Amino acid sequence: MLCEECKERIATVHLTQVFNDEKRESHLCEQCACNKSGLLFNANNQFSIPNFLGGMFSSIYKQEKVPEAKVQCPQCGMTITDIKRVGKLGCSQCYRVYEQEMEASLRRIHGNSRHSGKIPVRGGYKVMIKQQIESLKNQIQDAVREEKYEQAAQIRDQVIELEKKIS
Amino acid sequence: MSLEDLLNGSYVYWMNIPADPRDIAISCRVRLARNITAIPFPHLLDPAQGTEIMEKVKAARQGAQGSILGSMHLLTFDQLDILDRQTLTEKHLCSPEHAASGDAYRGIMLNQDGSLAVMINEEDHLRIQCLLPGLNLKECHGLAQQLDDELEQTLDYAFDEARGYLTACPTNVGTGMRASAMLHLPAAQMTGTIKLLLQNVSQLGLAVRGLYGEGSEPVGNLYQISNQITLGQAEEDICNYLQTIAEQIVEQETLLRERLMADMPYQLEDKIGRAYGILSNARLIGSDEALRMLSMVRLGVDLQIIKGISIFTLNQLMVAIRSAHLQKIGGHPMEAMQRDVLRAEVIKQRLSGKEAD
Repeated sequence: MLCEECKERIATVHLTQVFNDEKRESHLCEQCACNKSGLLFNANNQFSIPNFLGGMFSSIYKQEKVPEAKVQCPQCGMTITDIKRVGKLGCSQCYRVYEQEMEASLRRIHGNSRHSGKIPVRGGYKVMIKQQIESLKNQIQDAVREEKYEQAAQIRDQVIELEKKIS
Repeated sequence: MSLEDLLNGSYVYWMNIPADPRDIAISCRVRLARNITAIPFPHLLDPAQGTEIMEKVKAARQGAQGSILGSMHLLTFDQLDILDRQTLTEKHLCSPEHAASGDAYRGIMLNQDGSLAVMINEEDHLRIQCLLPGLNLKECHGLAQQLDDELEQTLDYAFDEARGYLTACPTNVGTGMRASAMLHLPAAQMTGTIKLLLQNVSQLGLAVRGLYGEGSEPVGNLYQISNQITLGQAEEDICNYLQTIAEQIVEQETLLRERLMADMPYQLEDKIGRAYGILSNARLIGSDEALRMLSMVRLGVDLQIIKGISIFTLNQLMVAIRSAHLQKIGGHPMEAMQRDVLRAEVIKQRLSGKEAD
């Protein structure tokens, strides 16, 4: 395919843009794409992180056909439309209020939606124990698979001890 | 070293000569994004809420006598004029966006030598960072986490069992950690392998940026590589991974340098000698040109083609030639032309060792 702009070189840049729900495709060569960069490749404009993230939220909405909810975060007042526009959440509460939306977009960004790193000492005692239990349960499964039943029983006792601590 | 030195001089801890003398990795950084629960993130803060955060941080610092946190200096941005804030940015201690604001509820906390810094009310309530010479992400991570633990003794962090540390931007949620290494890769650039190298790095899930972080172009063959993913991986794993990849890049750059030395020694010496010539004789020099030439001189020092100049001097020069630092030396605001004149002078003085560091 030849470039739409110069009609000389091969088109290697294929762009799909959506303006007011209307899909527009353009096929350009690298050179013409660069020349158009003011419009298309302005890193501080269209392709800034907030815009990318905004896009991620929008596409989720289209797929799930959820109406533009009038839900507001009770703590900071941000709506999902605000979050899409700014590319940032308003406060820690937003993560709860928009949990479903976040689940999908976090998977897109990180390929994952569950934390498995550091836990704050004061605020995270219970969480830490829970993670330990999770990890021990995995160890039990491994032990059973390897037919090390005695070891599995020992680990199970540890799990019971830990569960007592947080109940 | 006093706080005044940190603001007025051109020295900061990461400029020291690292243990590995090959000096391809200039510095490394670990930063942690943290927020305080039940208060909106900084982009929604009104001054009263912003002040509340600042007061909490002040209280945490005052209550932490005898610790790292207790010995840090806290500066609110109404105390620092724009030039002082910019010098912090040029030393890599503060982001350009943060330095742009003169609000009393924004600020920075620094330790004596500038190896630790906490930006307050930047994109998140706290951005804790540790910046060390060379490639030592393990130590960097350890120090940043220690400071984080000390802060957490008093501050109630926004933390969620599933999502980890909650941040304004979902790209930081989880560990809230961004680890990075600053690499000097002139041989990769000269041999044209840099493009491939950067492609590979991004395929490995790491981001490549220029000297001054997000959105900045690579100048002077300096590249910052960092982790992109912050959720679902443990901090140690992220640091180990980045350290391993950075070590491999250093290895490749070393091999390319050896090959250049073997295959085209005269061209290489010529390029380095010319750069040194420009730096020692220019009457006017812009900042980009200076950084490009300094990159060549640095390569010359690494390969022992140039003798008698220390890497420490070159590290300081990278910062001393920046606009805000020059205006500090000059003692008044300067036009671009005046800065170019002073820049050329500063470079000449430091390279000839006439000015004590």
